[in-house]
Amino acid sequence: MAVIGIIDDILASIGRSVIELCRSVGRIVLFILLTLSHLFRPPLYVRELGLQMLRIGYFSLPVVGLTTLFTGGALALQIYAGGARFSAESVVPSIVAIGMVRELGPVLGGLMVAGRVSASIAAELGTMRVTEQIDALTTLSTNPIKYLVVPRVLAATLTLPALVLVGDLIGILGGYAVGVTRLDFSGANYIKVTVDFLEVWDVLSGLVKAAVFGFIVAVMGCYHGYNSGRGAQGVGQATTNAVVTASILILAANYVLTEVFFSA
Amino acid sequence: MTTPKISLQDVHKSFGPKQVLRGVTLDVAPGESMVIIGGSGTGKSVTIKCVLGLVHPDAGRILIDGTPAGRDRDAFLARFGMLFQGGALFDSLTVWQNVGFRLVRGKQKMPRAEAREVAIEKLRRVGLNPEVADLFPAELSGGMQKRVGLARAIAAQPEIIFFDEPTTGLDPIMSGVINELIREIVVEIGATAVTITHDMSSVRAIADKVAMLHDGKVRWTGPVGEMETSGDPYLTQFITGSAEGPIEAVR
Ligand SMILES: Nc1ncnc2c1ncn2[C@@H]1O[C@H](COP(=O)(O)OP(=O)(O)OP(=O)(O)O)[C@@H](O)[C@H]1O
Ligand SMILES: [Mg+2]
Repeated sequence: MAVIGIIDDILASIGRSVIELCRSVGRIVLFILLTLSHLFRPPLYVRELGLQMLRIGYFSLPVVGLTTLFTGGALALQIYAGGARFSAESVVPSIVAIGMVRELGPVLGGLMVAGRVSASIAAELGTMRVTEQIDALTTLSTNPIKYLVVPRVLAATLTLPALVLVGDLIGILGGYAVGVTRLDFSGANYIKVTVDFLEVWDVLSGLVKAAVFGFIVAVMGCYHGYNSGRGAQGVGQATTNAVVTASILILAANYVLTEVFFSA
Repeated sequence: MTTPKISLQDVHKSFGPKQVLRGVTLDVAPGESMVIIGGSGTGKSVTIKCVLGLVHPDAGRILIDGTPAGRDRDAFLARFGMLFQGGALFDSLTVWQNVGFRLVRGKQKMPRAEAREVAIEKLRRVGLNPEVADLFPAELSGGMQKRVGLARAIAAQPEIIFFDEPTTGLDPIMSGVINELIREIVVEIGATAVTITHDMSSVRAIADKVAMLHDGKVRWTGPVGEMETSGDPYLTQFITGSAEGPIEAVR
């Protein structure tokens, strides 16, 4: 009998988790629809948008640049080692480039920005919720979704592709540096192979991914911050949830987009 | 009898299992200064948040000038000013940008330079120097932040103003200044004011009428002059601050 009781408990708790998950998904979808509905209705707070583009895009440059630089270098070494097994060392420039612009640039850029930006958005909006600043906005006839959420979501969606494009270049540069200094490629040849090999769609698909990841990052930060629980603990929880959900959703979305773009 | 400016009718609100408001009924006449008193945690702040629509009541009606709040929330809220208990200043904006927040936005928006002038004038009225205008809220003391919140609440000359504990954390002289200011706003502009306070000297300075909240209901309401002689044991205990009486000390 005791065994049945335990199984019962386990099933009940699984059931509860599933229901809670469905609820969260529903709430997030509603939040996204609300945000989109405000996106297309005036006023647009241009000053806020500019400020957020600076904060989200520009100040993430060093983080994303360093990440792709080192990854590009490591990638070149690995591909060289792998290629050497069937005497195909010459593929290094092309595989580094395609791996960078199609996958690693957007995914690493997205994840780094998820850590940096989702967290800071969630902490900022969470603190504003806890200290009643969001209520205060409402009483001053300013819609908090329009004033706080829309500029952040728009800024992240617009700037992440630019950020990733720069990241792609730096990543390829990392591969180039390693290729030329450590692997005996000639500089001119490395660049020529890269440029000849890459197609516009390779780069463009990565940038579309980046825009989607930017949207995910900002929406998750805003959603968790906006609905933050009370007190410092609530804000801490909101920050963690924002980073975790944004990261997982980025990886899931990346798979789906890759499937859509590249499966034959 | 004139239509009350604000009318709460049997308003109920629970948070989870916790019943905070259990049928609050209260009328505030136009141009009147109503003060709400009551123990800590009895739902005073929740009551005024219900009027502003920041908290949605579970049951009951709230009427402004005899009509419920319509679809256009911005226009509805444009008639209100609110001082939050914790100040709720925007910490990414400077003091004058906080005070002038509404002035530079919306339908009657004015140029920034002009809004700044108005903001500085409002700051002066709450006893703050023009020098604080360009500081950030985090650089001010608690009492100064409260006064900035007060300046922001009155900046756009609203017709209904809520003050949630305007004098808490202020020294006695500054409390006096703020009490006078609230009185002036009611008398000069003809605004309707609802003030929450624990400070009995404030009550006497500000109030036309007093309402006491206890156990989720309005326990007593009447003109401030009748407060002392009400004969209500709850109110008497509250005014005298005695530990002996029907209100339990542990809540
Ligand atoms: N958003 C909320 N979620 C859950 N409970 C809440 C919320 N807001 C208020 N409460 C609860 O409602 C009760 C009344 O809160 P309220 O802030 O109105 O008290 P108050 O009368 O203003 O007290 P004080 O004089 O200390 O400010 C409290 O017990 C509080 O815990
Ligand atoms: Mg309160």
